[in-house]
Amino acid sequence: MNREAQLFEELDATTSTNAKVAALARYFREGDDSDKLWVIALLSGRRPRRPVTSTQLRQWAAEVAGIPDWLFEASYHVVGDFAETVTHIATLEIPVEQPLSAWVQEVEALRGLEEEEQARRVKAAWAGLEGMALFVFNKVLTGGFRIGVSQKILVKGLGKATGIPEDVLAHRLMGDWSPHTTTFSDLVLEPTSTDDDARPYPFYLAYGIEGPEGTAAGAGLEELLPLGDPADWQAEHKWDGIRGQVIVRGHRHYVWSRGEELVTDKYPEFQAFVEGLPQGTVLDGEILAWKDGKPLPFAELQRRIGRKTVGKKLLTDVPVAFMVYDLLELSGRDVRREPLSWRRERLEELVTAADLPMLVLSEVLPFTTWQEVVDLREHARANSIEGLMLKRLDSPYEVGRRRGSWWKWKVDPQSIDAVLTYSMQGHGRRAGLYTDHTFGLWQDGELVTFAKAYSGLTDVEMKEVDAFVKKHTVQRFGPVRQVEPELVFEIAFEGIGASTRHKSGVAVRFPRIARWRRDKKPEDANTLDDLKALIGS
Amino acid sequence: MSLLEFSDRGIHCPQADVYIDPWRAVDRAVITHAHSDHARRGHRHYLCSPVTEPLLRTRLDRYASISTLAPGRSVTVNGVRFSLHPAGHIPGSMQVRVEHQGEVWVATGDHKRDPDGVSEPFEPVRCHTFITECTFGLPIYRWPDPAEVFAEIDAWWRQNASEGVCSILSAYSLGKAQRVLMGVDRGIGPIYVHGAVANMNEALAQAGLQLPEVKQVTPDTPKEELKKALVITPGSAIGTPWTRRMRPFSTAMVSGWMQLRGWRRRGNLDRGFVLSDHADWDDLLQAVKDTGAERIIATHGYTDHFSRFLRECGYDATSESTEFAGESEEGSSGTSTRSVDPPGRPEGGPGRPEQTPQA
Repeated sequence: MNREAQLFEELDATTSTNAKVAALARYFREGDDSDKLWVIALLSGRRPRRPVTSTQLRQWAAEVAGIPDWLFEASYHVVGDFAETVTHIATLEIPVEQPLSAWVQEVEALRGLEEEEQARRVKAAWAGLEGMALFVFNKVLTGGFRIGVSQKILVKGLGKATGIPEDVLAHRLMGDWSPHTTTFSDLVLEPTSTDDDARPYPFYLAYGIEGPEGTAAGAGLEELLPLGDPADWQAEHKWDGIRGQVIVRGHRHYVWSRGEELVTDKYPEFQAFVEGLPQGTVLDGEILAWKDGKPLPFAELQRRIGRKTVGKKLLTDVPVAFMVYDLLELSGRDVRREPLSWRRERLEELVTAADLPMLVLSEVLPFTTWQEVVDLREHARANSIEGLMLKRLDSPYEVGRRRGSWWKWKVDPQSIDAVLTYSMQGHGRRAGLYTDHTFGLWQDGELVTFAKAYSGLTDVEMKEVDAFVKKHTVQRFGPVRQVEPELVFEIAFEGIGASTRHKSGVAVRFPRIARWRRDKKPEDANTLDDLKALIGS
Repeated sequence: MSLLEFSDRGIHCPQADVYIDPWRAVDRAVITHAHSDHARRGHRHYLCSPVTEPLLRTRLDRYASISTLAPGRSVTVNGVRFSLHPAGHIPGSMQVRVEHQGEVWVATGDHKRDPDGVSEPFEPVRCHTFITECTFGLPIYRWPDPAEVFAEIDAWWRQNASEGVCSILSAYSLGKAQRVLMGVDRGIGPIYVHGAVANMNEALAQAGLQLPEVKQVTPDTPKEELKKALVITPGSAIGTPWTRRMRPFSTAMVSGWMQLRGWRRRGNLDRGFVLSDHADWDDLLQAVKDTGAERIIATHGYTDHFSRFLRECGYDATSESTEFAGESEEGSSGTSTRSVDPPGRPEGGPGRPEQTPQA
């Protein structure tokens, strides 16, 4: 896999999107078809199932390096990446050159073998590879192939190499394919139309609305005025559920999550769509826990997310509905280029005709002035509503995240001041730095953990907090350090609800560090009761 | 009374009342090498190698009281014999051998076994107790062949030069910068240096080192020249107005830390090249073996992990807190306008040594 190793070297050696696209394009012109297919699969998150446990891999890695287990662990915590750690400690003995596809097949072939044989084969691979090729092999082996290449960059590179328009490619790469079920030619160059009823369309994603000159959005009119005439826009609630795409084709239905995961079996309620909707219908919407005509808290929906199949009790306790807001395919025709107003009309007809309790139409909110939209947002915080969506009435359904025609405008986050209690080293570019923090709130003179947050600090602050953690460690629990309760941070979050699964009794959504409150002492931080008072507020 | 002891001032020989690389002011200091975490201002009297002397005068104090001792020669103080032996770390860097009544200790300062073309090559010294650094004392640090690394640096520079992009390379002004200067293909384009590097080159020339002629970047340096140039600078100058006139440029760093992807990416530089002036894991172990010492004291770097591993291999190994910083130390004594944190340092960096509870 020399050529692939070269590609990944090039991708890794640059932070420039253009350079990454160019490297991919060169590769897609030069590479072997079956290897190219695997590169696409790996970069788009399609990887072989993990054939061995990480405990086994750690043990084997320590064995080949001739080091004790604890030293491998210590090394791993410094590197922050298992595949990379093994890459550094393994030693090349007899070089083995074979195509990427052959290496992937070796990984797949490990499944079901005796442990001894698995160990023998993995160790042989480690002795036969070095550098980037070894890193790639380890990534395939351990799953998780994040190397700074987004789907967008991948599609751009592929588009440059093949001359096929990007949105066509983006669509072709969607769905439940694997290199075993297709070829480069069938997937990318000339797909046959009948081959895949399950194939979803790429999701259209909105950016958050911005303040003047790209500043963070405030809550005022000035954010909306640049959008022009209010009459050109449609407003809806932004629901806090799971973005989903429902497909009804060939007398079957398919449910896709935004992460391109096929989740049909998790939501048996949607079986009814097969009868209720015409063949060749594709809908975009939000999966919500839904009971008695209103949404349940996100924490309830979470009980459904984790399950592959759902039991009777859960189905009764936490039923789901599809809050539909767009129509992508009608009678087998791709209608994404039609204007939103047209799609919305057809959608309303479909939903009315279907008349299904679990198919709910996202309400279009009435307004004539921007001030009314500001007011709508002010009142939005309730019932799993995260904010507002604003969409141009003449907008097509685009591919990926785009500015201009769709905007999300979230309600202002809530926040609370909490004390840093525990910290763990990060991964990737945060490897070796204590960046993954746990925060506590006061209750009866003790700090009760209520949230973990990783983001929100500047690079400089991040290093400062890292130094604090190293200097003020009270106790170590493996990679986690308990620190002296001294630093106070304002933690912002999007939603809050009671939870029986959390020690604090409260679950918050999307917690992040809003700012470092250097002006506050730990005793000035909020109490758990302060947080609970925010529930339902 | 031990031959060498660790005090709050530094590594102390009570019998001779001499310190090795002390971090507080003392009367008599033996200096292993001229990096600022080992060679500090304010001692009454310095003893170092002949190559180190002009470096100390440039970096610390022109008028300091400095005696030199040629490698292999010795000086005796109150019955204690001191001698210096090349450590291979940077030009002039020495291990200090201390002998008293048949007992021998060696303190390495920083060391590297691989010859680098500018430093006197490392010389193993037999001893009973070996005080060693272990900046890169984990098995993940194993250096690639420097020839391959220089080929990578050359390729990066050549590519940039062909596109009219200036190549700014971050390297320690003392040691790494000169090593790079000697190692790159000087046919690719002109080489410029930051003032801090120029100062070190000048001091090294005084010490008799043969270095290629390079130019210092000045406000009069023609922009056209910079487009094909390699500019060698301490990391602290990157991101300051000093680099503005080199636009468009590509940035890179040469350091052992560049071995790790995370640190490479965190540096916000375009490239990272793995080239260290410290021993890697295999060489640290080899260095320990070659001394024949039974007792090992690790002073800076991943000291707890390294000494624990040695204990499990049967050595009497411990770690001591010092204020040495290892490769995270940056010799930015030049004209830099702000200090930038190094891309990463092992835990227990300068001033905050840490003890890991023995698991």
